[in-house]
Amino acid sequence: MLLSGSDILVKTLIEQGCDTVFGYPGGQILNVYDSLYKYQNEINHILTAHEQGAAHAADGYARATGKVGVVISTSGPGATNLVTGIATAYLDSIPLVAICGNVPTTQIGTDSFQEIDITGVTLPITKHNYFVSDAADLADTIRAAFKLAKSGRPGPVLIDVPKDVQIAKCEYEVMPPVEKDEPFAAKDVRIKEAVGIINSAKRPFVYLGGGVITADAQDEVLALAEKIDAPIGCSLMGISAVPTDNPRFLGMQGMHGHYASSMSMHNADVIISLGVRFNDRVTGNRAKFATGAKIVHIDIDGSELNKTVNSVCGLRGDVKLTLQKLIPLLKKDTKSDWMAKVDSFREEENNYLDNREGLTPRRAILTLNKHLGENTAVCTDVGQHQMWSAQSLNFKTPRRFLSSGGLGTMGFGFGAAIGAAFGTKERSVLVTGDGSFGMNLNEMATAVRYNIPIVILIMDNGVLGMVRQWQTLFYNKHYSNTVLGHKTDFTALAKAFGADGESVTTPEELDAALDRAFNADGTYLIDCMIDKDEFVLPMLPPGGSIDDIITKLEVEP
Amino acid sequence: MSRYTVAVLVNNHFGVLNRVTSMFRRRQFNIRALTVSETETSALSRITVVFDGEETAKQQLINQLYKLPDVCSIKELSDDDSVSCELLLIKMKNDAKFRDDICSAADAFGAITVDYSKDYIMFRLTDTTRRIDDFINLMHDFTILEICRTGSVSLERGSTTIRQIINF
Repeated sequence: MLLSGSDILVKTLIEQGCDTVFGYPGGQILNVYDSLYKYQNEINHILTAHEQGAAHAADGYARATGKVGVVISTSGPGATNLVTGIATAYLDSIPLVAICGNVPTTQIGTDSFQEIDITGVTLPITKHNYFVSDAADLADTIRAAFKLAKSGRPGPVLIDVPKDVQIAKCEYEVMPPVEKDEPFAAKDVRIKEAVGIINSAKRPFVYLGGGVITADAQDEVLALAEKIDAPIGCSLMGISAVPTDNPRFLGMQGMHGHYASSMSMHNADVIISLGVRFNDRVTGNRAKFATGAKIVHIDIDGSELNKTVNSVCGLRGDVKLTLQKLIPLLKKDTKSDWMAKVDSFREEENNYLDNREGLTPRRAILTLNKHLGENTAVCTDVGQHQMWSAQSLNFKTPRRFLSSGGLGTMGFGFGAAIGAAFGTKERSVLVTGDGSFGMNLNEMATAVRYNIPIVILIMDNGVLGMVRQWQTLFYNKHYSNTVLGHKTDFTALAKAFGADGESVTTPEELDAALDRAFNADGTYLIDCMIDKDEFVLPMLPPGGSIDDIITKLEVEP
Repeated sequence: MSRYTVAVLVNNHFGVLNRVTSMFRRRQFNIRALTVSETETSALSRITVVFDGEETAKQQLINQLYKLPDVCSIKELSDDDSVSCELLLIKMKNDAKFRDDICSAADAFGAITVDYSKDYIMFRLTDTTRRIDDFINLMHDFTILEICRTGSVSLERGSTTIRQIINF
């Protein structure tokens, strides 16, 4: 059938199984919005307050569902406002398709009003991007973008569509949704090598990251750990991949990881690393990182093998399929000495736990745990609250901890919580700080417009807590520009937006507030007052090793 | 540190070179020379990259190249199994005192005189990078006015072609 480019664009999104898109209209994308109006019974468009919020929402939708998230913006500032969102998705390998309008092809390159070279701008933060100069290429380009976004190691893809391409008429035929490239297991010869190394391990450690969630490999990971009798740790991106109450699970390791997890990893003789990329927050000083361990590394992206740490055995392949071939070849083993050692690390960790009375950060997160359903997605922003959440939140189901791991984007959480609520069709939770919340709180308008059930828990300490922590420890308590000194009444702010909320100062008040929040019809904000000098512990100082771990801190006022 | 030559077959689209070099820039690969040309197929271009670095960095460069959707195939070329050459144009000051020395050195290298006036002499030399380096070193004893060289192009010996490689 003969359709306009904008109709083809929307029809192709629908054809690809996309039922919800996030975005913000503008001059050079008007035709697409006219087509969204036309096909509104088949595709749902969520209008955000800002394009950045839309990008994070599409990202959160993708993280929570595993489907490709879609965000639409106009040209120029609309497109550049997507940049942080696209980069966030890129660093965390999230499948995203971003569609931008642009000025007509005849005006491209002339610095027209709201013209920006967005394919140039996003070159290093997308898997690939496309400039569509002919409506005849539009449908196939969108299909290629979906395929690329979800194949192999997922990531964002951007499509720039000039206005005349949206207007031009062209033949369109419905096609079935594209399949991602067939996943493949690592080569047999490599699997054999890995079997040899793992079978001779005395102190194995299973270390998982976001790749395990992408590959849907949690059953295989648990089976692996069970068979070889190993503890499991994870990176920030790996949180929620396996249930937190699994007895083998030690939690996140790394800069602010669990003591037992970091210690077990450091003392392991073989680290079986699954869908991770050994970033600096994980390894600390690479020269001193797990020096006694052989690293077996499975990743779908070959460029991650030997990128930052040398593995003795690098297996390029899908984690799930590779483990399915690997596990039957391993010998079943019990390692009581090693597991006893792991337990001793755990006991030591328990001694370090913060059990103070009052509304401490840990107590706040533990109180939140009591209210979470098995399917509740918890989103965070970036900073201390993110680490407290990563350390103490409980999860039963994968894809339920949504956090900006790689880019560390303050302001990610609110958009993500909106996207997650649409994706899971359930209430979502945003744990944030007063600093991070300030970055994108305009999305409160979105949450209220669509009456989205979101519980917002602000860990309000009046400072930029994580930066302050570094200033306390490494910058002579020079609190340069980290004391917010705001007089914002967040509860009143929530009410001004049309939501509801309250402020709490004790664990009991928080518990009661969470009760109300989880039963609210719509968005509910809890302003949780905590002290400005709370620390995230333990801490491996930047560039340090496990020997430098800080587990307790007494700071004189 | 070693020198590696890598041939990369890419889609002959607008902006593909930019995608490749942008990746080199952001990951800070130390590119010694880079040439791009059309190939026997109009749909494909060939990029020859000469790279200085450690073996692991070279492997990382190849792995990162594979991730670009416009890259079709990659072949690492060794000196033994390939033929490489580059083109040099060099403009020398035509100084009566050194004219004979300059011309006999050019002769010894097989450089061709492509332009000549009372002020300057221009030579063209097609040879390996090493030989071109040597020739330029020799010319440094005199007055070099201008140099332009292309960077290396390389083809593997034998009847196989880079298009036959399927290493994805």
